[in-house]
Amino acid sequence: MNKTEAKQALMDTMEKFLALASRRLPDDVYEKLTELRDKETSPMQKVIYDAYFQNLEEAEKLKRPSCQDTGQLHYYIKAGTAFPHLDIVEESLQEATKRATMSVPLRQNTINYFEEKNTGDNTGERIPWINWDIVSGGDELEIIVYFAGGGCCLPGKAQVFKPSDGYGAIVKYVFEAVADLGINACPPLIVGVGLGQNVENAALLSKKAYLRPLGTHHPHPKGARLEKELLEGLNALGIGAQGMRGENVAMAVHIESSGRHPATLAVGVNMACYAHRRGVIRFQKDMSYEILTYRGAQL
Amino acid sequence: MKKIITTPIGIADIANLRIGDIFYLSGYLVTGRDDVHHRIVHEGLVSPYDFKDMALLHAGPIVKEGAKENVMISIGPTSSIRMEADEAAFIEKTGVRIIIGKGGMGEKTAEACKKFGAIHCVFPGGCAVTAASQVEKIETVYWRELGMPESLWVMKVKEFGPLIVSIDTAGNNMFVENKRYYAARKEEVMKPILQNVKGHMNIEQEETDK
Ligand code: SF4
Repeated sequence: MNKTEAKQALMDTMEKFLALASRRLPDDVYEKLTELRDKETSPMQKVIYDAYFQNLEEAEKLKRPSCQDTGQLHYYIKAGTAFPHLDIVEESLQEATKRATMSVPLRQNTINYFEEKNTGDNTGERIPWINWDIVSGGDELEIIVYFAGGGCCLPGKAQVFKPSDGYGAIVKYVFEAVADLGINACPPLIVGVGLGQNVENAALLSKKAYLRPLGTHHPHPKGARLEKELLEGLNALGIGAQGMRGENVAMAVHIESSGRHPATLAVGVNMACYAHRRGVIRFQKDMSYEILTYRGAQL
Repeated sequence: MKKIITTPIGIADIANLRIGDIFYLSGYLVTGRDDVHHRIVHEGLVSPYDFKDMALLHAGPIVKEGAKENVMISIGPTSSIRMEADEAAFIEKTGVRIIIGKGGMGEKTAEACKKFGAIHCVFPGGCAVTAASQVEKIETVYWRELGMPESLWVMKVKEFGPLIVSIDTAGNNMFVENKRYYAARKEEVMKPILQNVKGHMNIEQEETDK
């Protein structure tokens, strides 16, 4: 397969994949929402969940994006060093984004700073946002696409604490973010917590945290326990779906961490709304692909 | 049984609704968000649509515009709190009865609702396709020069909802009450977690004596 063919294949597949990911929730999220729906008892919460599920059904039927805010396109890529077409990935994703904006259609959501004008096609300065992770020796290309809506990006924050503030600072910071700001981000949320050395690696890890599949845990037992305690604690606030009082404000709390400097303790919090449009697709060398987030899906 | 309110809306239709009540709206529903509020409240323009006894939706829709008719593709509520600064004046000037959006609104709006007989309701966020399918027809559009999301889209709707009352005609404000409730619970809920992470700064001991 030559360059032109590979580019064509990636563009075509991704344009179709974006349409699918804009309307369908990943299987793990759909199942979790189904589980939480059963736990809610108040009539108001039931009505909200009914609306969520009815909307997803109609989106599927009419082949339209489930939420009007299709956000900005983020691509988190795991690229094997032996994947032969690395050089066409970026331009293909740019092009697929433009085309999907028109064909799906997606809302036009990109404004360049200082120009302050909508670019009209969801591409712009460093947008779509592309994050590369290199897998040494691998020959596959895995792409996570995420539709980052305005409402759920708004509560995100990151801060660096002193070690003397202790892990307690992390706990308080997460609670503040969710209880004060997260209630408007269409709960139940997936709360991503990044623990790092400084502000940018904590922030990046908070993003990677919420992109993790549901049901996965932090590798350190204390990290995994903190995830569980934060989840139970946040849910005990009684915030519920749409911030209107219920059993569950969050589907999960995920923590990702890196080593820290002896003098710092950095934390980032990032929230994903219930419309967690995260699609994962994996390409082989010959550009054949496997869809990981939607069982039985065909493009 | 579904409670349905039909436009035009008299004070009697909403006077007994209280925060947390759920209903559906039939009749006319008109969009208006940041720019519409700005024009009417700050620039002194008269609304081309008479909101008296009618319903306002905070939303910027996606409309497929055609020569013959306009079709609603997607219409989800936007955060109402953005309109907080101007909503009280908007209610006073226009006589609007029902305001629909996402999330809550503040004290100023709650006061105006009490004084002029209006309510604010929440349509569940992110349910844009359902909302669009409850739009029977787009009758007309005003102020189209403001751009698609900011224009006044006049829609005929059928059982638009669920609408959950967040501010009622007595001035009760669900979101303000809730925020107070969550804040009050926070300290107590955090306590055991804070206790459990207390020792986390200690250096982990290697398990050598196993
Ligand atoms: S927070 Fe999510 S579900 Fe809610 S309106 Fe924004 S993108 Fe849609």
